[in-house]
Amino acid sequence: MIFLELFFRFFKAGLFAVGGGLATLPFLYEISDATGWFSHAQLADMVAISESTPGPIGVNMATYVGYSSAGLLGGLVATLGLITPSVIVIMIVARFLRSFSDNKYVQAVFYGLRPASTALIAAAGYSVLKISLLHLDLFSTGGLAAVFDWKGLLLALVLLVLTGPQLPGMGKSKEPNALVKLLQSCRKIHPAAYIALSAVVGILFHFAGV
Amino acid sequence: MNVYLDLFLTFARIGGLTFGGGYAMLPILQREVVEKRGWASNEELMDYYAIGQCTPGVIAVNTATFIGLKNRGVLGGIVATLGVVFPSLLIITVIAAFISNFADLAVVQNAFAGVRVCVCVLIVNAVVKLWKKSVVDLPALFICLAVFLCSAFFSVTPVLLVLFAGVAGVIIQTLKGKGGKVQ
Repeated sequence: MIFLELFFRFFKAGLFAVGGGLATLPFLYEISDATGWFSHAQLADMVAISESTPGPIGVNMATYVGYSSAGLLGGLVATLGLITPSVIVIMIVARFLRSFSDNKYVQAVFYGLRPASTALIAAAGYSVLKISLLHLDLFSTGGLAAVFDWKGLLLALVLLVLTGPQLPGMGKSKEPNALVKLLQSCRKIHPAAYIALSAVVGILFHFAGV
Repeated sequence: MNVYLDLFLTFARIGGLTFGGGYAMLPILQREVVEKRGWASNEELMDYYAIGQCTPGVIAVNTATFIGLKNRGVLGGIVATLGVVFPSLLIITVIAAFISNFADLAVVQNAFAGVRVCVCVLIVNAVVKLWKKSVVDLPALFICLAVFLCSAFFSVTPVLLVLFAGVAGVIIQTLKGKGGKVQ
């Protein structure tokens, strides 16, 4: 029964994904590997759409994955599965309120969970990297140069300069020059704009090779 | 207006106006919940947020459940939660249905190949931000590297890794406490 399985799998994601945003992503990769309902490439597309539409990213992805797996009702069931643990856990925690987040053991658990959550999202990022920027299957025929998607890497580099972590020297000087000002204002633009820009670049330069 | 309907519609508006969830939701929550409705004070909202982050699940959903629960009991918590996810369900379903009909077109495939590169960069950015807050010392770095290796190269289930990290956190902090150092 696909709906029961969807509910259970998203219930698990809701119960173990800590830290919000992309924290559910590793669980979605696990669902893809275990069920084959959707591919890793589709999942990357869903991330893009979930980031560019209103609503919490985790909820958007659950709806999308559910829809791709089992249609209209699938989207609903997956989303309900994701939020059910939240509702239950919050109802329990609400009784302790302040003492919960100040508790020594809760803090110790989160001291361990935070780096794990970072690592899980990084591992999910590595999966996207493998399908978008690398062609590992071409290594045996074309050597090292064939492994990299050079068009994609160039776009990634440009996006990283425009949106990524502060470059050395940025934000330090009191009177930033025009270039630093421009780069800082680029960081304030919503990710949806860069996703749209990347779609246009993909179309113009035939990123999929078709 | 019916109080539950009000709760549902308010949180539906919050869900529909938020891009990205998490902290992006805070200004809208402050306007709708604190200033307009008086359902929580600013301090309470910050508490709910802190707890929303310290509990599993989507932060926006956790916060909605909390505010609904505090104001209208268990049913209020459920109604607020359904409200905040309602716009996502509607919008994503329409987009998913639309895209699945055009997925075979070359222009759509090229567009998504470009978009995936952007997703890669966005994830890198998210990881860099999280790294600064989470990898605070050497044991934390060890947890991070161990979980990354297990997940990326050995496909260990995230559930197991999350449990491992939680237990490791308690053990490390207990050992630190015995060594006389305060975290």
